[in-house]
Amino acid sequence: MAGILDLDLVAARDALRAREISSTELTSAYLARIEATRDLNAYITVTADKALAMAAAADARLAKGEAGALEGLPIAVKDLYCTEGVLTTAASHILDGFKPTYESTVTARLWDAGAVMLGKTNLDEFAMGSSSGTSYYGPPVSPWRSAQDAETRLVPGGSSGGSAAAVAGWAALAATGTDTGGSIRQPASFTGIVGLKPSYGRCSRWGIVAFASSLDQAGPMTRTVRDAAVMLTAMAGHDPKDSTSAAEALPDLEATLESGVKGLRIGVPREYRVDGMPSEIEAIWARGIEWLRDAGAEIVDIALPHTKYALPTYYIIAPAEASSNLARYDGVRFGLRVEGGSLAEMYANTRGAGFGAEVQRRVLIGTYVLSAGYYDAYYRKAQRVRALIRRDFDEAFRRVDAILAPTSPSDAFAVGANDDDPIKMYLNDVFTVPASLAGLPGMSVPAGLSARGLPLGLQVLGRMFDEAMVLRVGRAIEKAAAFSARPAMLEGV
Amino acid sequence: MSLDKATVASIAALARLRVPEDRLEAMVGDLNAILGFVEQLDEVDTAGVEPLASVTGHALPLRDDVVTDGGYPDRVTANAPDAAGSFYAVPKVVE
Repeated sequence: MAGILDLDLVAARDALRAREISSTELTSAYLARIEATRDLNAYITVTADKALAMAAAADARLAKGEAGALEGLPIAVKDLYCTEGVLTTAASHILDGFKPTYESTVTARLWDAGAVMLGKTNLDEFAMGSSSGTSYYGPPVSPWRSAQDAETRLVPGGSSGGSAAAVAGWAALAATGTDTGGSIRQPASFTGIVGLKPSYGRCSRWGIVAFASSLDQAGPMTRTVRDAAVMLTAMAGHDPKDSTSAAEALPDLEATLESGVKGLRIGVPREYRVDGMPSEIEAIWARGIEWLRDAGAEIVDIALPHTKYALPTYYIIAPAEASSNLARYDGVRFGLRVEGGSLAEMYANTRGAGFGAEVQRRVLIGTYVLSAGYYDAYYRKAQRVRALIRRDFDEAFRRVDAILAPTSPSDAFAVGANDDDPIKMYLNDVFTVPASLAGLPGMSVPAGLSARGLPLGLQVLGRMFDEAMVLRVGRAIEKAAAFSARPAMLEGV
Repeated sequence: MSLDKATVASIAALARLRVPEDRLEAMVGDLNAILGFVEQLDEVDTAGVEPLASVTGHALPLRDDVVTDGGYPDRVTANAPDAAGSFYAVPKVVE
C-alpha cells in the first residue's frame, strides 16, 4: 500500500482496526525502511523475526476483534529498556552480550497493548549525553540536513537520539525514550517530533537501566501530540516493582486534548532568556506566546529565580546517583569481564575498559561528591538547591496552568561537535534540566524551522501529574504551528 | 578547589576504575572544569532549606515481608561471564 509509512500512530491504529491494512504489511514496510536507512545508525539491534511474529499475532487478534490499544503498531525501544532474550546494551561496551532474562515493566505494558517491537535504538552510553555521540556503537545521525550544507551529518540530539532519528526518518512509527535531564525533549526538538517526559513516577523504572534514579523517567517519542497521549496511556501506571512509581490515576488524556487554551494562564519564565541565546530561539518562543494568546490564553510573566543553578545542581546529583548505580558493573554478573591479578584488579580493569570517557568522568565526579568530607559541600548542597528549584515551580504554578519555554538553546549541531568540551555539551540541557529536577512533566512540540532549515521545538511544562494539561497546551501549539516540514530524505518515500 | 593528579588517582581507586597514566592528565582537566562549573552553587543561600530527595512527596509503600519472587538461579546467572553451578565465579580472594 502506497503511503503506509505516512500514517501516524493514531491513523495506523484506525486503519488496522478498519482492516484496511494489516500489521504484517505495516511491520514489513517499517523493516524495509529500517534497512533503507541504515546510514542513520538509529538502531543497535533490529528484531525483524520477532517483529514479524508479533505482527502475525496482532493480525490474529485484530481478526478476532480483540485489539489492544496499540494492536499491531510497530515501535522502537531505546536500548536502555531491558527486553527479555534481546540484546540490551545501554550503548556501552560493558554490557557486551547482555540478554536480560526479564522484560521491563514499560515494554511489557506496550506488548500487552499489542505493540510490535522493531528493535532497540541507539543512545548515548548509559544515556549520558546530549548528542548520542558517546555510544559505543557509533553516533546515530539525524535524518535532517542544513539547507545551506547538505553534506554535514547532524546529531539527532541525545540521549534518546536513535529513537528520535528512527521516528523522524520513518524507521519507526513511534519509539520509547528516557529523560533524565532532557533526553527525550531535546532530541525531539532537534528532529521535529513530539517528545513527552512524564512526571517522575508516572512510568515504572523497573527494568530500565538506571542512570540517575531520582530523575530517570520513561516517555513516548512520536509524530503527533495525540500519538504521545495514546502511547503514554499504554506506558504509564503504578508498578509494585518500582517503589517510586506513583499510584496516581491517569486521566483520559485524549478526552481533553482538543479542549484548547481559552482562559488558561500560561507562564513565561523571564529567567529563560539566557545570555547569548540565538535570536531565532527567542523568535520561535515569541511566536509560541502569540499562538497561545491568539487562542485565548492569558500570558503571565513568571519568575523562576533559581533557573541558572539548575545545571550545576544536576551535574552534582546525576553523577552522584550514576556512580552509585553503575557500581553494579563489575565483571561478575553480566557483560564484559577483563581479567586481573586479583578481584579488585578485575573490577578496575573491567570498568576501565568497559566505560567510555563521559561515563568515566561522571563516575569519578559522582564518587568525589559523595566521598567523606565533600558530601555536605556538594551533594547535600545540591539537594538543597534542588528544593529551591522545586519551590520556584510550586510558586509559579499557583498562578499559571502551564509554562511555555524553548526546548533547546540551539538547533542541531554537527556530529562530533562539542565532543571535547563536556561543559559546552551540558549547556544543551539548560531549558530541560530544571523541570527534571522538580520532577514535572514536560513536552517538546515542533514549532518551526531555524534559518538553516532545521527543526526547533517549544517546551510545555505542567504541574506534577498534570500530563493532560501539558498535552492540551501542546496540542494547541501543534495546531497553530502546523509544522509540516520533513527531512529531504523522506521525499518520495 | 582544584583536584590534582594524585587525588584523581585515589578517586579512581575508590570507584574501582582503572584510568591509565597517559589519560590521567586529561581527566584531571575535565574534572576540574566540571567542579569549577558546579561550584556556582556556593552563591546560593540555602540556610534552613531541607534537602530534596524525592519529588513526588509520596511515602515509600510498605509490603508484607514475604518472598514474592525467585527460585531460578539459572536465570539469575545466565549472563555471568563465569559461573559454576548456581554461583558466580570470581578470581580467588582467600589464600
